[in-house]
Amino acid sequence: MTLNIYHSFKEATADIPDGATLVVGGFGLSGIPEKSIQALREHGTKNLTVVSNNCGVDDFGLGILLANKQIKKMVASYVGENKIFEQQYLSGELEVELVPQGTLAERIRAGGAGIPGFYTATGVGTPIAEGKETKEFNGQTYLLEEGIVADFALVKAWKADTLGNLVFRKTARNFNPIAATAGKITIVEVEEIVEVGTLDPDEIHLPGIYVQRLLVAENYEKRIEKRTVRKEA
Amino acid sequence: MKYDVLINRAVKEVRDGMFVNLGIGIPTLVADALPESVNVLLQSENGMLGIGPYPTETQLDADLINAGKETVTAAKGASFFDSAESFAMIRGGHIDLAILGGMEVSESGDLANWMIPGKMVKGMGGAMDLVNGAKRVVVVMDHVSKYGESKVKKACSLPLTGQRVVHRLITNLAVFDFTENGMELIELQPGVTEQMVAENTEAHYTVNLA
Repeated sequence: MTLNIYHSFKEATADIPDGATLVVGGFGLSGIPEKSIQALREHGTKNLTVVSNNCGVDDFGLGILLANKQIKKMVASYVGENKIFEQQYLSGELEVELVPQGTLAERIRAGGAGIPGFYTATGVGTPIAEGKETKEFNGQTYLLEEGIVADFALVKAWKADTLGNLVFRKTARNFNPIAATAGKITIVEVEEIVEVGTLDPDEIHLPGIYVQRLLVAENYEKRIEKRTVRKEA
Repeated sequence: MKYDVLINRAVKEVRDGMFVNLGIGIPTLVADALPESVNVLLQSENGMLGIGPYPTETQLDADLINAGKETVTAAKGASFFDSAESFAMIRGGHIDLAILGGMEVSESGDLANWMIPGKMVKGMGGAMDLVNGAKRVVVVMDHVSKYGESKVKKACSLPLTGQRVVHRLITNLAVFDFTENGMELIELQPGVTEQMVAENTEAHYTVNLA
């Protein structure tokens, strides 16, 4: 599928249907596709299943979709930063599947790589092993975990060229490159689009083959969750 | 500081040249206590090897955080990578040492540190992957809960993070190893007697003090 460069987040996300499964990049509030999330909020798309490491905070990131009751099910590794999440979970409005972070990353990577399942020692003997098939390798028990493929991936990168080749910045990379591979349609937002040929092929973190829709945006909020600083030397 | 006893002992686990992952909370504080002669690369699950100190106001960067979502800097020699790569190095046994906090540890080396039934479940983050993947797993925690109950158990009462995964447990009273011979008391913290450890420990252990 060829790449389309969009000029409106509204347009780029408008065909995401109610009930869709989304895989969303970001770790905490770092490297989240904040403009696409905002557009989904404005569009009001409902009953979403969202696969993402975290679920934002009450008023930013994926938290704004929760607050607007647009998420039906959340698949995540850590959701402790969000009060609305807690309320909706306890009231039974929100379904939650907790997945160990490495298993979540590998499930997304596997999904994008056409691998339907894999074995991992992570979670053996814990509540997350319940109901899962196990297999012994060299005398050790492993759990069968399934790859994840989503209808849409929402991704944030730093730079792209006009073919959708992506460069990420620092730890804002996190789940973004693998999320991009696991979407049937991958929507990527960046801070800068450069002409094809400008990026050195060696510096490209993710080839544009995984990207179907590309948008550039300004004025990223990039909210910091825990501002820890030391005194100037 | 309340946790100095734990931190001072945990620092001794870290050897020059190691790749180390420090859990959120008390374990993170071990980084600041490392002597200058010990050079290690600290791994952060979100995708970084080589965590540096906290940034100054002018260095502050929302795109550079640790697994606790705190702003950090990159140390000399640091590298960035995606989350799958990050856990490939954890799961694949390339991390020499993981130091984690704990709620309960059992005499067979089981660890519980992620959920309390009936309370809000926040999630396990990367802890389950770390305890199964790191070459060596050291847990630091208080010996007794704030309700006066021993956190060093015959069997964990809380849901597990990992089964038979702890190599060494450091508490404010003692240090234990988990070996083929079971759980062994190997050290007493300063000012602590064997009797004090015995009175505050539910788990069965043998004494193997140097």
